Amino acid sequence: MSSADVEEREGEPQGLVHGGVSEAAAESTFHEVDDRERITPAIEFRDVTLSFDDRVVLDRMSFKVRKGETKIILGGSGGGKSTTIKLILGLLKPDEGRILVDGEDITDYTEAEMMSVRKKIGMVFQEGALFDSLSVYDNVAYRLHEQGVPEEEVEQEVRRMLRFVDLEDAVDKMPIELSGGMRRRVGIARALVGGPKIVLFDEPTAGLDPPTARTICELAIKLRDLEDVSSIFVTHEMNNVKYLTSEYAVVNDDGEIVFEDEGQRLCLINTKVLMLRGGKIIFEGTDESLHKCEDQYIQRFIRGH
Amino acid sequence: MNFALRALLEVQETALLAARAARRLFRRPAYIGEMIQQMDVIGVGSLTIILLTGFFTGGVLALQSYPTLKYYGAQDQIGQLVSTSLVRELGPVLAGLMIAGRVGSAIAAELGSMVVSQQIDAMRALGTDPVRKLVAPRLVALATMLPLLTLMADAVGIGGGWIVSTQLYNISSSAFSASAWQGLDTNDIIGGFIKSMAFALIIGVLSCRQGLSTEGGTVGVGRSTTTAVVASSIVVIIADFFITKALQVILGTT
Repeated sequence: MSSADVEEREGEPQGLVHGGVSEAAAESTFHEVDDRERITPAIEFRDVTLSFDDRVVLDRMSFKVRKGETKIILGGSGGGKSTTIKLILGLLKPDEGRILVDGEDITDYTEAEMMSVRKKIGMVFQEGALFDSLSVYDNVAYRLHEQGVPEEEVEQEVRRMLRFVDLEDAVDKMPIELSGGMRRRVGIARALVGGPKIVLFDEPTAGLDPPTARTICELAIKLRDLEDVSSIFVTHEMNNVKYLTSEYAVVNDDGEIVFEDEGQRLCLINTKVLMLRGGKIIFEGTDESLHKCEDQYIQRFIRGH
Repeated sequence: MNFALRALLEVQETALLAARAARRLFRRPAYIGEMIQQMDVIGVGSLTIILLTGFFTGGVLALQSYPTLKYYGAQDQIGQLVSTSLVRELGPVLAGLMIAGRVGSAIAAELGSMVVSQQIDAMRALGTDPVRKLVAPRLVALATMLPLLTLMADAVGIGGGWIVSTQLYNISSSAFSASAWQGLDTNDIIGGFIKSMAFALIIGVLSCRQGLSTEGGTVGVGRSTTTAVVASSIVVIIADFFITKALQVILGTT
């Protein structure tokens, strides 16, 4: 690809290419437009195994999440999805295998060493996991308060993040006063403070009504397409997969963020699906190939019965 | 895993938590605000129950021991009996048991709820060590406030004994006071302080450990809370025996 081509595409959101380009070509484009540092995966699992007593939770699991990529981890309950996320954060340690975050092998890191790695990562918990005793403002500002950032800067950043999740009005509320969807959005705002380049979503739409679930997915899409964030999105809901793999966010001529369907102008290459069953990866690829997969469990999972 | 192994593992984990909390006390950030807040919750919040417990314990001590002392013609010594019993033994133990019930349960329930709602995981994910942020300030607050609460329980208890002795048994106020002061020496007060500090650490470490090891949702929180109170109370009473013996040897308080 010529440098002119690269320049031509500089204005586009990262990880998107024009429709009509084959997936292989798109993959290579994705690599070439970026500098060498981007080749290092944001997250990498190498033969990771984890057991609780006699039960194997993850069995020789290997995968990579590239910079700017969203990896949707799909699977039923007890499949090892949330465990995968806890391993990345160092909340659990694997029995075997290696885990790399941004090229750094964190497998044997102590709790103190993990603290610096966790600063690069934003984590969105299933129910939001907001601190009950703190207001929305203090929840979102938590990381900055811990780092001793001046209050003026803290307030600016908190308001910016709450604007991003469209919850600026809730700044003085306590978590108990928020609905389930609002709690998740505050959780997202809290995870994004400090501008982490990796964001982990642990079933962020579980138990939410479809419009609110869509709002959460839109936030994940905005992060992927406009903020160049690498993410893992753990879910068991096919609706989430549909939103994340078929829509992208762009900024229109009026400076507004709009969502377009894949194929209208661009096609998505930076969102992949990984399916787990019993701690093993049974599928890894695009959503199109997931739907074409003949495995009975996967087909049942997709159809929902 | 059999019972003995589980118990041994629990002792090991509790000791490790105490050691980690002690190490983290001297690292920054120190969470001074959190410590002061906990001192308020533990100290000021427990004042009423401690004062009531102390007052009525002192009163009932006088009430129960007067007939026996009178039998031996030693009714003037009632002040000494009340003050020595309270300062050496009843003050620290009763304050410890009351705090185990009120504060130990609250600590275990609060930390347990934070565990089951993933707030502890969120705290770690946001780069904060929960031992430093949650455990260390509670231990410092308990170790500071329990000796002070014990001192107040002692004082109010002696007051309770004084009221009963002077109003019900016509002991003169000066005889009670002279006897109460005569029976006490500095070592008794030091011993009481050491005991209550030890009880504070026992209650704090056991309750934090139970809270942080909560499993199984809201039912688990209830289980942790009960275990924290029961274990703290029993260990306080057992530790009281050994600390008393050790103090008798070290301070010569026989």
